[in-house]
Parts: sequence; structure tokens; C-alpha cells
Amino acid sequence: MKQKIYQILGFSIITACVVITLFFLASIIYLITVKGFHSISWEFLTSIPRKSMTEGGVAPAILGTFYLVIGSILIALPLGVACAIYLNEYSPTGYMVNIIRMSINNLAGVPSVVFGLFGLAVFVNLFGFGVSILSGSLTLAMLILPSIISASQEALMAVPYSIREASLALGATHWQTIKKTVLPTAMPGIMTGVILSIGRAAGETAPILFTAATFYRRSYPSSILDETMALPYHIYALMTEGTHPDKQVAIAYGCALILLVLVLLVSAFAIIIRNKYRSGYVH
Amino acid sequence: MSTDIKNKIKIQAENVNFYYGKHHAIKNLNINIYDNKVTAFIGPSGCGKSTFLRMLNKMNDLVPNTRAEGSLIFEGQNILEKKIDVVSIRKKVGMVFQKPNPFPKSIYQNIAYGLEVNGIKDKNFIREKVEDSLKKAALWNEVKERLHTSALMLSGGQQQRLCIARCLAVEPHVILFDEPCASLDPISTAKVEELILELKKYYTIVIVTHNMQQAARVSDYTAFMYLGELIECDKTEVIFTIPKEEKTEQYLSGKFG
Repeated sequence: MKQKIYQILGFSIITACVVITLFFLASIIYLITVKGFHSISWEFLTSIPRKSMTEGGVAPAILGTFYLVIGSILIALPLGVACAIYLNEYSPTGYMVNIIRMSINNLAGVPSVVFGLFGLAVFVNLFGFGVSILSGSLTLAMLILPSIISASQEALMAVPYSIREASLALGATHWQTIKKTVLPTAMPGIMTGVILSIGRAAGETAPILFTAATFYRRSYPSSILDETMALPYHIYALMTEGTHPDKQVAIAYGCALILLVLVLLVSAFAIIIRNKYRSGYVH
Repeated sequence: MSTDIKNKIKIQAENVNFYYGKHHAIKNLNINIYDNKVTAFIGPSGCGKSTFLRMLNKMNDLVPNTRAEGSLIFEGQNILEKKIDVVSIRKKVGMVFQKPNPFPKSIYQNIAYGLEVNGIKDKNFIREKVEDSLKKAALWNEVKERLHTSALMLSGGQQQRLCIARCLAVEPHVILFDEPCASLDPISTAKVEELILELKKYYTIVIVTHNMQQAARVSDYTAFMYLGELIECDKTEVIFTIPKEEKTEQYLSGKFG
């Protein structure tokens, strides 16, 4: 009898936790949608800001964030997967590898504003890329690299040893085994890491603050060495600066809604790729 | 150990030793493995029979901190030498594992894999080879309608025959079976055994098994190993009727195991 009560109690607490979590999630989406919805219009999505950002659209910021996300994934994905393959498939197990693994995990705990300062010092100044999409993408790539590495490593570890043996026993080289068997099998797990990173890269403000983002720009960026507007920084600017808070707050919510939808769309694309690999055991 | 002059030696082991770190897993093993015959290795768990099998296609090279000594002559080469090309050895010495381990790919791709990694690009040749290998592994009729569906959808016994077909496609000279029926039901086991008897016409076969009846049914020669040593190796009917060593007799009659 006692066990039964404990069981009911346990399940009730777990259910309550789920409900609370869902409540927060739903209220975020609800609030952003309700407050942001009436700012959205065709003009808002497609034109550049006017009258010190109280009118017009946010198209340069949408495009800027899109570029930064794609740029950072393009840089971090190959780097991260290569690191994970090295750590998991090639490196001799031992002291050095443990240190490398620990460093990567620690990298994940570094505050994003520190990455911003690092990006400013290295990419903007030392490499001379200036405040640009390139510098911002590189900085964001550093930020998401640890999570891409650890997701990839876990995915690689989950590939059964028996199918590696099968491949080697057929006369495949170590490299062929990784390329043709291990990596495709691990791909869905790696894509999960990418999906989580998309949200992170799109939403971060601090790393692009000094490296890529500009408060206001009259034109669209024309090269990766141009500075750009970006949605998260635009929201920050609208809420903290300017002289028309009443109009600016509404626009900020509009931007938040767009950011949400943008992350959703880019993630959906990544999910489609992941599912292709999942069922894609059969191509 | 008796030498059979009528038969051609395919693999010759002389004073083979193998160590996992400090553990001496194979002790001074001498044996001849004959062409187009089935040689079975039996013995209790941990006797070194699987270790020896995995030496024959260099799979033990993947285990860190191991060491091999002696000579293991396969087609005129000592494959225990350091400078040997392991990839070319593995092409000539195929292996079927204890648990079926198909790739998470289609049935077709499972067979084509070995050809592709060996640089074969001719699509027609691959298609013919897939059909041919599946027929040799007695699986063609069961899968010909669904070659492009996942191999993981097959039953355990079918998966194991697929693994055999995959191995046949690269045309090895020797096929190693590491307890191939350990995870199969009796009907699938019978099919695999039938297949082994068929395959020995074309290949040299070495099989490790825990199942003594299986060794008796499929093999021409049986080697009994105990604690890393080869106790006795002879024609299967001799081993199972009049073994020379007391240990062999005790093991076969179930006094230890």
C-alpha cells in the first residue's frame, strides 16, 4: 500500500514538472507572438529601418542573423566533426586525450562575452577582418564548437564496434571505414548537435557585440567583410537606446518573433537532413 | 600433430605465441590448415581459439597492448611480420563474426561495400556480384524482391547469411567463422552449417565453435585447445572416436568445459 502511494506521489511530481516546463515554454511563445504579431508586415520583413528605427523594417537584421548562423555552422561543423573523429577514432587513449577532452568541456563553460572579447582581439584586430560577418561567424563558431564536438563524439561512440570490425574484415582501410560506415551511422546524432547550435548561434548577443553587429545600417551587407545588423543585437539596441521607447518596444517584440521563426526554419531544415540520414540507412 | 601429405597446406603456424599485455594467451602453437578443408577449433572459453582465429586476418592488431611471436605462413608470407600489409591480408582472409553484424544499409549495399572499398566502380559487375554472392549464400530467393530495403529488417539467421554473402563477394581465399551460430536458432544453424559444407568446395574454412556436435558435423579436421595450448589436432573422426590425449577425451565427454 505504502509503495503504491509513493508511486502515485512520484508520478504526480514528475507530471507537475512537465506541466510547469510546458507552461513556461508556451507562455514564451504566446507572449512573443501576441506582442510581436502586429509589428509584422511585408514592409517590416523586407525593408530597411527608417526614422531612427521607429519605422520601416528589419530586413538587414534578419539577413545578418541568417548569414551569421550559416557562417558559424559552416565553420564549426567540419572543425567539430574532425575533432570528434580525431578524439574518438584516431588518438591513442591516454593522458593527453583526457586533457584535450577536459579543455573542450571547459570551453563550453566560458561565458559568451569572453568569446566576444576574444573575437575582438583575434579576428577583428589581429587577423584584421574588422567588425564583419566573417569575424562574427568565427566567434560564434568558437562558441558552438564544444557542443558540436561533444554531440559528435557521443554519436561516434554510439556506433557499434562490431560494424567497424565488419568493415575492416572486408579489407577496408581505417579511413574508408570511418567515411563509409562510422560517419553516416553517426550523422543523425551529429545533426542533433547542429540543431541545438543553430538556436545558440542565432540568439547570442555578446559574441557579436564587438565582432560583427552594428546598431544601424542603411544597406544590406555586400560581402563577408561588411559589418551587419543582427536580430538579437537589434532587440538589445531597441530596448536600451533611442528616443521613442513606445514605438521601439513593439518593434523589439516583432524582432523576437522573427528570430524565433528563423531559428525554427533553419532547425527544420537541419531536422529534414537528420531524418534523411536516419531512414537513410537505406539510400 | 600429424601431417597429411595428400593435402595442400594453406596456413602453417610454427611456434605461434600471443600475449595480451602480460597474459600469455597462445602458447607455442603449431598447426597446419589445409586447402579446401574445414578445420574446427574447439575448447573451453578462454582457451585461445578465437584469439588464434583473429590472428589469421590480423584483427588482433586492433587491440592495443598485444604482441605476437612465431611464424604464421599464409601463401608464402609470414603474416606476423610487422611490415605486412594488413588490408591485403584481410581481403584474402574473410571473416564471419559471432553475432550477425550487417551494416545499417540496404541488403544490396551490404554486399557492394566490400567491392567498393576495393576500388571496383563498374555498376554492372557489382550488380552481378551481389546476385552471385547472395545465391552462393542461399539467401537470394528470400531477398531478391527487396534488395534495396534495410538489412536490419532481416531475421538473425538471414542477417548471418547476408554477412557470409558479403564476405564471399570480395572473393577471399580463406573464410574464418567465429562461432557463427552462437546467436541463431536451430533451423538457421542448420542452414548455415549446410552452407559451410557447400562453401568448402571453393574455400579453406576455419571455424571456432563451442558446439562440439557442430564441429563433428561440419569439419574435416578438429583442433582441441586448452589454456592457450593446442592439445591435439587430427581428422575429425579420429578426434571424436579415438583421441590420443586424455584431456581431449575428458573434454569431449563433458568432464570439464
